[in-house]
This record gives sequence, structure tokens and C-alpha cells, in this order.
Amino acid sequence: MTLVAKGHEELSASNTAVGDVREQVVVENLTRTQIVMYAGASGDFHPCHSDEPFVKHLGMERGVFAHGMLTMALTGKLVTNWVRPDRLLRFSSSFRAQVWPGDTLTARATVSAFREENSEPVVDLALETRNQHGDVVLSGSASATIDP
Amino acid sequence: MTAKRFPVEAGHIAIFARAIGDENPLFDVARGPGTVAPPTFIQAADHFDPEYDRRPRPGEAWFGSAADPQGAPAPGLDGGGGGFHAEQHYEYHRPMRPGDVLSGDQLAGRRWEKEGRRGGILQFSETITEYRDAEGELVITVRDVGVSTQRQVG
Repeated sequence: MTLVAKGHEELSASNTAVGDVREQVVVENLTRTQIVMYAGASGDFHPCHSDEPFVKHLGMERGVFAHGMLTMALTGKLVTNWVRPDRLLRFSSSFRAQVWPGDTLTARATVSAFREENSEPVVDLALETRNQHGDVVLSGSASATIDP
Repeated sequence: MTAKRFPVEAGHIAIFARAIGDENPLFDVARGPGTVAPPTFIQAADHFDPEYDRRPRPGEAWFGSAADPQGAPAPGLDGGGGGFHAEQHYEYHRPMRPGDVLSGDQLAGRRWEKEGRRGGILQFSETITEYRDAEGELVITVRDVGVSTQRQVG
């Protein structure tokens, strides 16, 4: 069974060192349609994410913006392309800046520690996602059980 | 205000994975085994929260545009400022899989204040939700932090 995406080697203590980094473009030129797809799938139909006349009526001239949780879900792709999704222990995000239609986001994971939790080997990842201007839109962390 | 009966379904997981552009076959039953949910899939429990305020309902005024740019007053957007999602934290006790039926319980979270960079007071509030399976075993703990601004007048 494929446990991590094609072309991605699963992170283990023997093939990875503290400080190792992986990057992935998790969305390119984000469309309004993808934001609507996320609204439909997640159930968060707040008009700020799909309803241009509503948003402009509120005085937000730039228009609709992405759900913070879409940015976290996009960042999660990098995480589960490196560690197995069924071995994830924790995943946290701080939302640092808004994400707009047309944005290209690159997520970056850095191995911050190897340690043990309940006598099992665990990796900690530091996460940062930036837009095409280099601004950090999300910072966070994830931990997962790994092979020794 | 949380889902008491969230049926985790393979088709819903696949639609969620496509919405985030995730082609991992573990998430999409049409591409592969589709045996596990992506890490943020629990957000979709909102579909099954009967009181969720970000979903239009028949016969009730909606706060988005229709004939007019804004319908009913927007929850959380009127008053002194806007409310924003500041942080999201997940703790996974076991993988979430198709066939699970989850029930959420909301616990009291903390509230605190901080001075904003551009003046005014930032008010943070935390919500903790525990989702358990049909056997009562904890599957995922969700902690989210919202922030709202109280702009000072003059």
C-alpha cells in the first residue's frame, strides 16, 4: 500500500537528520473556485470566502479571501507526503496573514527534533508556509510516530 | 454547538481531498485505498452541527448577498471590529477512518487579552472540542483560537 505520495520517501530516523528540510508548492495561482470547493467540502460557507458583493459591502475592497483552514489543509499535504497520515500525533497552525485568489503558496517543513513518546520514536516538524511575495501566511508544527 | 453525529464517509473524504488538491491515494477511494482522513478533515464536522451559523437554511435570512449586498446581520462581523481565526491545534488519538461515527463535546476554553500592534485590545478566545467514536473512545481533540479587535475610539 502506498503510504506516502509517489516520489516522496517516508521520513524515518535513519534517513533524516535534525535540520533537514522539505518544501512543496501546495497551491499555485489559487482560484476562487478552489476556495468554493473548500467551502463545500468543509461546510464553512462564510460569505467572506465566496461572495464578492458582500465582502465589498463590508468595505474590504480586495474582495474574497481563503479560509485559514484551507491554508492549513494545503500545508498538511506537505506533512502527509513526508510522514504517514495514520501516524500523525499533533498538527498546529498560527494564521499569520490572509491568503488571496492568485496566491501561490510554498510550504516548508524542517525537522526540529527526534525524541521518544510512549517509548516510540517521534519526529517534530516546524512548519512555515509563504506566499509568492515571501510573506509568512502560516507557521506551525507537527509531530508523528516514525520508524527507527 | 458541535456535531453530535458526524458520519465519516469515504466519498466525503475524497471530495475534501480534491478541494485541497491532495492526490494521496490514502484519502481518495476513487484513486486508491482511501482508508484514512486527511489531517484537517474534522473541520467537515460542521456540516453535521445542527446550529452551525455559517450554513444557509431554508426559510431563514442569510447574511450574504442576494438582491442586496448584505442580507441578515453578519454574526461576529458587526460591532467593534472583525473576528478572525488565529490558531488551530489538533491532537490525534487514533486515525479517523470511513465508517467512524463521531460525537463532539465542547469544553470551556481560556480567554485572554493582548495589546494590538496598531493599538486597541485583541481579545482571544479558545474553544476545545473532543470527538469520540461510537465506543466512546477519544479520536481527536481540536483546539481553536479566535481573535477579535476592540478598536479604541478617538
